[in-house]
Amino acid sequence: MDMKKKVPIREQAPEVRAHNFDEVCLGYTKEQAMLEATRCLECKNPLCVMGCPVSVPIPEFIHKVKEGDFDKAFEIISECNTLPAICGRVCPQESQCEGKCVRGIKGESVAIGKLERFVADYAMEKGKRRPHSHEKNGKKVAVIGSGPASLACAGDLVKYGYDVTIFEALHEAGGVLLYGIPEFRLPKEDVVKKEIAMLLHMGVKIELNTVVGKSVTIDELMEKEGFDAVFIGTGAGLPKFMGIKGENANGVFSANEYLTRSNLMKAFDENSTTPIMRAKKVAVVGGGNVAMDAARTALRLGSEVHIIYRRSEAELPARVEEVHHAKEEGVIFDILTNPVEILTDDNGSVCGIRCVKMELGEPDASGRRKPVVIEGSEFDIDVDMVIMSLGTSPNPLISSTTDGLKTNSRKCIVADEINGQTTREGVFAGGDAVTGAATVILAMSAGRSAAVGIHDYLSNK
Amino acid sequence: MYEIINAKKLTDNIYSFVVRAERVASACLPGQFVIVRSHCDAERIPLTICDYDRENKTITLVFQVVGAGSLRLSRLKSGDCLHDVAGPLGRASELCDTSLDELKNKSILFVAGGVGTAPVFPQVKWLKEHGVDSDVIIGAKTKEMLIMENEMDQFATNLYITTDDGSYGRHGLVTKVIEDLVKSEGKHYDMCVAIGPMIMMKFCCLTTKALNIPTTVSLNPIMVDGTGMCGACRVTVGGEVKFACVDGPEFDGHLVDFDEAMIRQNIYKTEEGRAYLKEKEGDTHHGGCGHCGGEQ
Ligand SMILES: Cc1cc2nc3c(=O)[nH]c(=O)nc-3n(C[C@H](O)[C@H](O)[C@H](O)COP(=O)(O)OP(=O)(O)OC[C@H]3O[C@@H](n4cnc5c(N)ncnc54)[C@H](O)[C@@H]3O)c2cc1C
Ligand SMILES: Cc1cc2nc3c(=O)[nH]c(=O)nc-3n(C[C@H](O)[C@H](O)[C@H](O)COP(=O)(O)OP(=O)(O)OC[C@H]3O[C@@H](n4cnc5c(N)ncnc54)[C@H](O)[C@@H]3O)c2cc1C
Ligand code: FES
Repeated sequence: MDMKKKVPIREQAPEVRAHNFDEVCLGYTKEQAMLEATRCLECKNPLCVMGCPVSVPIPEFIHKVKEGDFDKAFEIISECNTLPAICGRVCPQESQCEGKCVRGIKGESVAIGKLERFVADYAMEKGKRRPHSHEKNGKKVAVIGSGPASLACAGDLVKYGYDVTIFEALHEAGGVLLYGIPEFRLPKEDVVKKEIAMLLHMGVKIELNTVVGKSVTIDELMEKEGFDAVFIGTGAGLPKFMGIKGENANGVFSANEYLTRSNLMKAFDENSTTPIMRAKKVAVVGGGNVAMDAARTALRLGSEVHIIYRRSEAELPARVEEVHHAKEEGVIFDILTNPVEILTDDNGSVCGIRCVKMELGEPDASGRRKPVVIEGSEFDIDVDMVIMSLGTSPNPLISSTTDGLKTNSRKCIVADEINGQTTREGVFAGGDAVTGAATVILAMSAGRSAAVGIHDYLSNK
Repeated sequence: MYEIINAKKLTDNIYSFVVRAERVASACLPGQFVIVRSHCDAERIPLTICDYDRENKTITLVFQVVGAGSLRLSRLKSGDCLHDVAGPLGRASELCDTSLDELKNKSILFVAGGVGTAPVFPQVKWLKEHGVDSDVIIGAKTKEMLIMENEMDQFATNLYITTDDGSYGRHGLVTKVIEDLVKSEGKHYDMCVAIGPMIMMKFCCLTTKALNIPTTVSLNPIMVDGTGMCGACRVTVGGEVKFACVDGPEFDGHLVDFDEAMIRQNIYKTEEGRAYLKEKEGDTHHGGCGHCGGEQ
């Protein structure tokens, strides 16, 4: 075995998976996981742990994998990460744990994410899950939203003994894990729904179809329904558009709409009654995970797909694995390109997208080189659908209906970094609602910190 | 699950459901809507709240069968349950925010077209209950397609009915009635609320603009989540892009780009047509939709 390289993982072949919605990565077998684990140098000062936003004791769990003691490995991970089957699949490991791995200096880093996923899947399959004996303390906490921040917060709170109710606006729980990230990256029945079933099993209640701020306000929850504290984990779901001509034409969608139709409403399945547009040629504007997901969904629905991104490939914010998978499947990358207008036909439908070429200039505030327009470089691409994936911002539904809840200039809820306390007593917040669009692991971690914050607050009240 | 306490067929293709939905019934105001799903695998259908009973925790929905989703919904009976009812969504009617003194000094006209009669009803009722008078025009294609005449009559100061074919009430479109009332019957209105099919709202607005009557319309673009998350419902109002589900559904009708809104409503026309055929024909469906392959 070449110790410089990761043990290859089983994946569906690109030409096969480009036509189905089944998970791309099939995961390690026991033997493969144990073999990959032997590549870990078990550093005394593990840099990988420093790279992990929740400081999973990585060398320790990998050591247990090496020994074949997967139960123990799962216990070690679970101490720090309550959603390992999800994080193992969607964390940007290359810029976190694996980015710091010493093995990575002269070869490929240890496949930490894939090992985490293996351990979590193993435990899930065996039905070996977190211990959950807890006495009820009689206090009620409302958790708003059901994305990773809320799921993690609710999971910890119920272990502390609280009576926890999750309020979710949509008809199914899971947040972005359900409506945003596609099946081929994160299976819904086998992973997301099992996490939620686990919470229900632990005693968490879920009230669906409840839009807090509309169906009930935070004040009413606290004053009339007896909730002693509230956690807001409502994410950052509001899509941005570019404000260019033609953007309201038929065939222009936000990535959120397109992905929600496909994932939540199952429009990819021909038996679903929810329609989704099947186009010949699609332009996806943007370069993040969301853009990759939309592009690969469109590809699977039979379109030729172009990613249009204004910086260069090195700046693509998506996970490296997603970019790699997208290319393998046949997504075309038009980099250093920016749309200026969407072209429409007589029926008001998209018939093309007018773009300009960009070049990289001086570094901007984010440290990335700023793209500048090349004069006179305008050109048209004929497409019949455009998906805008330009980022999202938090929904003001709650902040605008809750007195004393402060938000910042980006509409994010102001909350303490350590315990999630907002400017309103008894109300805590975390995840994308506080940070703006970020990652699953940061949301999970914020949910857990807020659970501690809520526990401290209610214990001292 | 949300129990249907009373399911009624109002006309050939219009149905009314009284549904138990505690949170919605406690929180809603006129002008707001809900999103319902009839079954665990059904589409999300936005419907205006046409009446509500805070005590019994029920809301009334009135809907017309136009496609696969509403057809499936219409097959439910009293005692059945809706799988999901989310809401109330959207902003309440502007009337609810206006001071009653101000409203009492205004003469208000409601114009309802077809199934749009149902969303007009809670506003007229709310005003009457708060001591404010209003006139109502209801337009229907034919006598058979007229709904809620008696209910409306209880709360409207003057009720004018018109049918396209003249089979009942006045003869002609609602726009003609507006013009007749103002131009030849000596009526004066300070504001108008028009709800119905897009095309009817568009022409109402052209009429009221000429007569200088500020007009509010309730838009019904295609929606998915109804919470501001997807942008499917975007409409252009006064040159600005708005999300109807959170910024509306009511807007200043004289500023709405109706032509764009109508084009956007038809985006899924062919796919919806196929879904409708499939739902309607059920097991007897053997091709012809160009989708199932049954014709081969
Ligand atoms: C398509 C896509 C792909 C992504 N890929 C990755 C990836 O590969 N790796 C990664 O780390 N991150 C990824 N992310 C980002 C990650 O998913 C988010 O950072 C994370 O889900 C945020 O979690 P959250 O709990 O804060 O909120 P969310 O997951 O956004 O959940 C918020 C929930 O709150 C509900 N809600 C909102 N308002 C209300 C209200 N008023 N009342 C009740 N409920 C409400 C919403 O319906 C939603 O269910 C991706 C995001 C998207 C959209
Ligand atoms: C805020 C709002 C309030 C509404 N109130 C009522 C009401 O009180 N009574 C009533 O009968 N109808 C109402 N509608 C319209 C109703 O939602 C649509 O008729 C219904 O969704 C059609 O679904 P379908 O599957 O039967 O038809 P489809 O076959 O899906 O579509 C038929 C046509 O209905 C429209 N439509 C389809 N999907 C949607 C959608 N998700 N949202 C809006 N329009 C859509 C399109 O124009 C389409 O061409 C309202 C719509 C909105 C947005
Ligand atoms: S329906 Fe999705 S934003 Fe309005």
